[in-house]
Amino acid sequence: MTTMHQDRPLAAPIEDLATEPFWRAARQGLLYLRKCIQCSEVHWYPRPVCPFCHGDTEWVPASGMGTLYSVSVTRRAGPIPYAIAYVTLDERVTMLTNIVDCDLDALRIGQRVKVCFKSAEGGARIPMFTPI
Amino acid sequence: MTSLRNKAAIVGLGATEFSKNSGRSEMQLALEAVTAALADAGINPTEVDGLCTFTMDNNTEKEVFRNIGGKNLTFFSRVNYGGGGACAPLLHAAMAVATGVAQVVVCYRAMNERSGQRFGSPSKALSLPESEMVLGAYLALHGLQTAAAKMAITMRRYMHETGASSDDFATYTIAARRHAATNPTAFFYGKPVTRDEYMSSRMIADPFRLLDCCQESDGAVAVVLTDAQRARSLRRKPVFIRAAAQGGPIGVIGLQSFYKPDIVPRDECRLVGQQLYRMADLTPRDIDVAIIYDHFGPTVLPALEGYGFCATGEAKDFIKDGNIEIGGSLPVNTHGGQLGEAYIHGMNGVAEAVRQLRGDAANQVEGVEHVLVTAGTGLPTSGAILGI
Repeated sequence: MTTMHQDRPLAAPIEDLATEPFWRAARQGLLYLRKCIQCSEVHWYPRPVCPFCHGDTEWVPASGMGTLYSVSVTRRAGPIPYAIAYVTLDERVTMLTNIVDCDLDALRIGQRVKVCFKSAEGGARIPMFTPI
Repeated sequence: MTSLRNKAAIVGLGATEFSKNSGRSEMQLALEAVTAALADAGINPTEVDGLCTFTMDNNTEKEVFRNIGGKNLTFFSRVNYGGGGACAPLLHAAMAVATGVAQVVVCYRAMNERSGQRFGSPSKALSLPESEMVLGAYLALHGLQTAAAKMAITMRRYMHETGASSDDFATYTIAARRHAATNPTAFFYGKPVTRDEYMSSRMIADPFRLLDCCQESDGAVAVVLTDAQRARSLRRKPVFIRAAAQGGPIGVIGLQSFYKPDIVPRDECRLVGQQLYRMADLTPRDIDVAIIYDHFGPTVLPALEGYGFCATGEAKDFIKDGNIEIGGSLPVNTHGGQLGEAYIHGMNGVAEAVRQLRGDAANQVEGVEHVLVTAGTGLPTSGAILGI
């Protein structure tokens, strides 16, 4: 079976004091992660306090490269099927995302992917991934 | 250290019929089940001084209490995380009666989750509780909104790691539906399914097919707990709480634990199981019947591993050849599970555990002394070992 990805409408993200820098970076094509100033560990999702050592954290750009950890094609949640995935970034954090611009039925756990951005309502850009 | 083992017992059980359209309010369902459970126990509703449920039940404790004519409510709790909390009211009620905080505690669940709100519907990103808003801001955008999608992705990883296949998932569904087929209270009474029917059922969220998904049901279940001493003086054979526990392992997030080191829904079972066996002074070999929460049938496999019935990755072999059916080494979900009987958010599993121990289940297993009953996984979860 082949299920070619189709773009679907994406709601605007919640942009507040905590998340605004993330979305500003995304608009410029950058995937931001949060890194601890004290212990240098990177984590996902972005938090103000390091979950490993409780130090302060700062924004750092990710390489945008990663490996597919798990994937499921959802067919009944809306009119357009889409691939929900967990991608483990080369920075060793795993994030929830979608895999786009490919045959969704050909996706395999362990395959390499890279970040891309899809437009949402209101002009925000949402980080997603595509096979390389 | 004092142990909770055998300090409290289930002395009454009540339930409504299970349907797709109850035709009456959720409060009425709750009251029917609660008063039936009290009548079964032979306890006057005015004696109730404690009520426990878990979140997503729309009937508040004080309204249920007012409606049954309660006098002084001294203990009430509502455990978080929906189906993950299904067995937690047993823990809370047992602690309350064991410590004298309350004398008679009723645990209840009543929902019109098919004819009222539909449980399988996508969640709304903005309805998350405030402290989860930040997390929600990064999650909701990618369309991970239905319970099916959330659990599907964890089971895709399970398949990758263990080699389990759709054929193995079919084995569970066939067993559950076979049990439901001979249980008159089951929605799918008289309706077993074949492997071909499973394989041709439509894909909902890969790898979940329609026949992997639990039902959406209307109905209510209630159980009455009191202390062990009084329990022995009542009309029904007491079903003792050998052990009860809750567990939320590192990194767990409601149905979407993407930053757990391993997203397979197994760690939470292991955490609860270890506490249960220690508290009950039992091992998995002592369990005669297991009621394993099946929001989605495939999740029963990692749960069997987490609760110690087989090694990690070996559930696909453990469930084969009728081993989890009546007559097998571990009959599982003898009522038909939530796939086959009804989805009362785990409380109908508690009811089945009680029936198996009383000896009046529709699909009665011979010589049952200990039953494990578990709650929703992919969440902070809960479980109990009941015994006679």
